[in-house]
Amino acid sequence: MSKRTVIPFGPQHPVLPEPIHLDLVIEDETVVEAIPSIGYIHRGLEKLVDKNEWPEMVYVIERICGICSFGHGWGYCKTIEGNLGVSVPPRAEYLRTILHELGRMHSHLLWLGCLADGFGFESLFMHSWRLRETVLDLFEETTGGRVIFSICKVGGMRKDIPNEMLKKMEETLRGIEGELHELADVFLDDDTVKSRLVGVGVLTKEEAFELGAVGPMARASGVNNDVRLDGHGVYGEIGFEPCLEETGDSYARCKVRIREVFQSIDLIAKCVSMIPDGDVAIEIKGQNPAGEFVGRIEQPRGEAYYYSKGSGQKFLDRIRVRTPTNANVPPLVKILQGCELADVPILVLTIDPCISCTER
Amino acid sequence: MAAITKSPWIIHYDGSSCNGCDIEVLACLTPMYDVERFGIINTGNPKHADILLITGAVNAQNIPVVRQIYDQMPSPKIVVAIGVCAANGGVFKECYNIAGGVDRVIPVDVYVHGCAARPESIIDGVVKGLGVLAEKQAALASGETDPDVSGAYLFDPVSYAEKGDIENGDAEGAKDRSEAEEEAAK
Repeated sequence: MSKRTVIPFGPQHPVLPEPIHLDLVIEDETVVEAIPSIGYIHRGLEKLVDKNEWPEMVYVIERICGICSFGHGWGYCKTIEGNLGVSVPPRAEYLRTILHELGRMHSHLLWLGCLADGFGFESLFMHSWRLRETVLDLFEETTGGRVIFSICKVGGMRKDIPNEMLKKMEETLRGIEGELHELADVFLDDDTVKSRLVGVGVLTKEEAFELGAVGPMARASGVNNDVRLDGHGVYGEIGFEPCLEETGDSYARCKVRIREVFQSIDLIAKCVSMIPDGDVAIEIKGQNPAGEFVGRIEQPRGEAYYYSKGSGQKFLDRIRVRTPTNANVPPLVKILQGCELADVPILVLTIDPCISCTER
Repeated sequence: MAAITKSPWIIHYDGSSCNGCDIEVLACLTPMYDVERFGIINTGNPKHADILLITGAVNAQNIPVVRQIYDQMPSPKIVVAIGVCAANGGVFKECYNIAGGVDRVIPVDVYVHGCAARPESIIDGVVKGLGVLAEKQAALASGETDPDVSGAYLFDPVSYAEKGDIENGDAEGAKDRSEAEEEAAK
């Protein structure tokens, strides 16, 4: 047996947009064990329920993470609406689904760019982020914000998006579809890219299930645990089939996300064609959440879980959020075992780490 | 030595933010905003960097990391605090383990507003920072001692936590804890 060495990875590392620390125990060039340690982004914002009334708390919850900000706002509103026993007008549900799918596109394109940067393909990074700007422009046009837009409120949406604008949104997305296909071809067919992804960091179906992987990480291994299948939002009405892959390597994870980008365009198009007219919010007066409620949302990174407990006061007793990256850290530790040291940055990226979500 | 102000290299670090500002910093580097046309390049190595772009309100665990990155950067150097959290803690100001602003940990030269800060304002902040960088460079060239050391900004998380507890009406608990720590130190 050769000598074991410990190499620290992070918290500040060129491929990491956010700090996470890993102690990599290596033998020659092979990683024997990876010990993660987190806590660099922990802000303790669940404790802010003591200081913010429940309608104001949406603003804080949306700042759990800047990438999946809209989804967090929706998840929180969903548990509070469940707690109050109110239902949201159908138009608001459609708008939420559209914005959430748009958010998924922006998140996946961001991830594709970061992945390309991770294996040193700078121009591919630039192209992914160039296309992502189109999505951000749509956000800005419809909601007013680029990454964080507090448009979701308990009881519906703060403002309506006119039908013409939604039509234009669909046209714009169809317009970049061709360019997205060009981008996808490079990720899926280019030899240099494939040499870094195919067969690296394999997570079998059994391991993914046992370690509790969620989102694209699980779907790349063939575990179908997409929360959208339970029909939250309008996924039940518009019909939805999750993207599954079997091989469980980095390439499969990349492929799932690329397929989801195109799927999001189709889902948005379906929503736009089916959206009913009507109000976008109901008024909630003189009611405070009492009791417990759990809501689940399929975030771009996987299942996010929201728990709220109220006692009829303006201030909630407890908010608990379990975010997808938190669930994906054990699978990450598993795929890092036995990998080459040079593959570590890419493997860390393939779980699509969102540390702000994880630590809150 | 015009190279530094004509082609500054930046390093970016997430000091406990929600990463909304972080992805906007990265967006500045990409074709839509493309700061590379001003000669600005993103580097992962603090020893190559002239400008530290830092987001977030810095929690207790992140303080030594932020200081370390700052101290490893060669002088002259500037710090641009991005977003309202980096300025004063923003929405996380009342959280229990947040220092409440980057300037409690290291000296800051330029503050960029916004939640999340827009790429245009980030670029504006960096360009304003270049003026400060030129001044610092001139000062160093004329033989002044380097004012940029993180040691001058020693921030004590324990005393901050104490203050936070007093504000919540729990001064006694905080006192107990600091006394216990003093005893442990002895």
